[in-house]
Amino acid sequence: MKSKLVPIAALLAAALASPATLAQKKYDPGASDTEIRIGNTNPYSGPASAYGTIGKTITAYFKMVDDQGGINGRKINFISYDDAYSPPKTVEMVRKLVEQDNVLFVFQTLGTPSNTAIHKYMNMKKVPQLHVATGASKWNDPKNFPWTMGWQPNYQTEARIYAKSILQTKPDVKIGVLYQNDDYGKDYLKGLKDGLGDKAAKAIVAEVSYEVSDPTVDSQIVQLQASGANVFFNVGTPKFAAQAIRKAYDIGWKPVQYLNNVSSSIGAVLTPAGLEKSVGIITTAYLKDYSDSQWANDPAVKRWESFMKKYYPTGDLNDSSNMYGYTVARTLEQVLKQCGDNLTRENVMKQAASMKGQYIDTLLPGITITTSDNDYAPIESVQMQRFNGKRWERFGEVMGN
Amino acid sequence: MTRRASIGVAVLLVIACLLLPFVVSNYRTFQFTLVLVYAIALLGLNILTGYNGQISLGHGAFYAIGAYTAAVLMDRLGAPYWATVPAAGAVCLVAGFLFGLPALRLEGLYLALATFALGVSMPQLLKYHHLEKWTGGVQGIVIAKPEPPAFLHEAGLRMNSDQWLYFFALTVAAVMFVLGWNLLRGRVGRALIAIRDQHIAAEAMGINSALYKSLAFGVSAMYTGVAGALGAIAVQYVAPDSFTIFLSLVFLVGIVVGGLASISGALYGALFIQFVPNVADEISKAAPWAIFGLFLIGFVYLMPTGVAGAVRMLLVRFTRKGAK
Repeated sequence: MKSKLVPIAALLAAALASPATLAQKKYDPGASDTEIRIGNTNPYSGPASAYGTIGKTITAYFKMVDDQGGINGRKINFISYDDAYSPPKTVEMVRKLVEQDNVLFVFQTLGTPSNTAIHKYMNMKKVPQLHVATGASKWNDPKNFPWTMGWQPNYQTEARIYAKSILQTKPDVKIGVLYQNDDYGKDYLKGLKDGLGDKAAKAIVAEVSYEVSDPTVDSQIVQLQASGANVFFNVGTPKFAAQAIRKAYDIGWKPVQYLNNVSSSIGAVLTPAGLEKSVGIITTAYLKDYSDSQWANDPAVKRWESFMKKYYPTGDLNDSSNMYGYTVARTLEQVLKQCGDNLTRENVMKQAASMKGQYIDTLLPGITITTSDNDYAPIESVQMQRFNGKRWERFGEVMGN
Repeated sequence: MTRRASIGVAVLLVIACLLLPFVVSNYRTFQFTLVLVYAIALLGLNILTGYNGQISLGHGAFYAIGAYTAAVLMDRLGAPYWATVPAAGAVCLVAGFLFGLPALRLEGLYLALATFALGVSMPQLLKYHHLEKWTGGVQGIVIAKPEPPAFLHEAGLRMNSDQWLYFFALTVAAVMFVLGWNLLRGRVGRALIAIRDQHIAAEAMGINSALYKSLAFGVSAMYTGVAGALGAIAVQYVAPDSFTIFLSLVFLVGIVVGGLASISGALYGALFIQFVPNVADEISKAAPWAIFGLFLIGFVYLMPTGVAGAVRMLLVRFTRKGAK
């Protein structure tokens, strides 16, 4: 009984001693004078475990932030659980984070199905579901889901940009699409079709899909070649994208190649596929690529490299997911800095939705983060680039939707 | 244990089950709801594998069919949630029986492979684009959370939807367990076990082996389907990624750890598959499944007849001492 009274007495004493500071500071569960608790789920095991490195990078990043004194004097307690990319597990773990660990908000929960599973719950509980790690377009819906916000450019927008470019450069186009048979692949396909408009039915001559569990996509590439396509839209994750590029080259199929941004890493995709086999590939980007020699002396990339070496030494420097995790963690750091001492859930959402042209230095030059009350899509622009055998050459304007 | 003592234990257990959601947090209540769901699914698999000796590596598929039946009925046809549970059971009974007919020709490992094929193909079938307008494709279906019925509120019983869902699952589980107990302790249960132990002798005694085996398949699938429907309602979401082959394997792990051919084993197994992965994740982020594997080896090594078998042995030892 006695021990229970001590904190109450301390609180009373504090309240009497400093009424002014108490009035300024506002906290919701998960925030205090010393700590901000943030929840997260990531697939550390299971079919999508390659993405688990994002959670590890973010954990490492906040470790560094804490070592440097935290944000506005508060330590970041980043609690990340494994959901194995299974939606029921995500529901269970997120409920644990919200109801038991009492986090202020959840951040970067990964995967479209996993985030769909908790979408209603978060908005009913009025707990922010911030900067989710998926490129689906539905996270930008502040009217119906004011507590959910995406971060990266969405897949459909990106695919529409390719469609525009294809229509401009090739009049008699015949497109062959390779896509992963899930929400991610289908979003790209839909974006492409939307972008092509009424020309879609004629322009797309072949659509072939693969499953994440497939060993290779060789037969799919042969099928695409046989369709007579002269443009290849490659919607694969790194391993499959690399296989596709190599196979197309090896069987002598020479279409114009569009590669989805997810697989634009030189180190993880083009090098294994063969740099000489990748010449001419077109993609879009919004992040700097460590394995691209044009950023070799870039101070921001250097800082990232030394962060990786000190705080996440087992992380692969060539894996663009690690640059992604770092950049999104820095976005959150900015949001929390703006929150100041008003750490309520409402204010976190408000600050996340009031970024005006914020530049994070690991984004490509010219790409900034802008949000508002009715714009919950932080990064909306990308830039097109073409591979010259050594590095990506950016061309054209920074494009948005 | 004397009869009076066992009744005492049972009464205590029932009281504990009834009080549980008022003692623990909503999040824990949700977890225990999942335990009940898994227990029903494991009892179903146990009827097939434990009692009848047919190994299934694909029961996740029936769980998925049950879950999708419930979700589609609620989402597209506006059916009330409670009505979807028996519907899911009926659909799975038929699906299981039909799958059981050709599977009759397969024995042991070959049956395991056939069911494995079912389990491994299910997520892709659910993504099939001609079914998309029903299944929602890869995006799945979001289900509204059931609220406690109005008559409870009028009667002055206030509970939130998590607590209500727990009691709903508890009621369904109780019904399913009583049904299972009735089925297995009598003629049917003995026939199933006889087929498992020596099917030629069983047939010589006049047991229609083919019929019983496909019935076992159907009933087993029905249990798992009921569990799937309950699970979908509890999680409020179904998607193909929820029902990977891993789910089927976890079910098999559950019945072996809980205790083959044991009704109470289903409950122990459910507790294991619900909580041990979380414990493992807390011990090591880097290799949670390696830790899970250690637990598994430990359990199998220390309790070769499952938790139910170990509990039975302890009880026997305890009562013998008491008798002296």
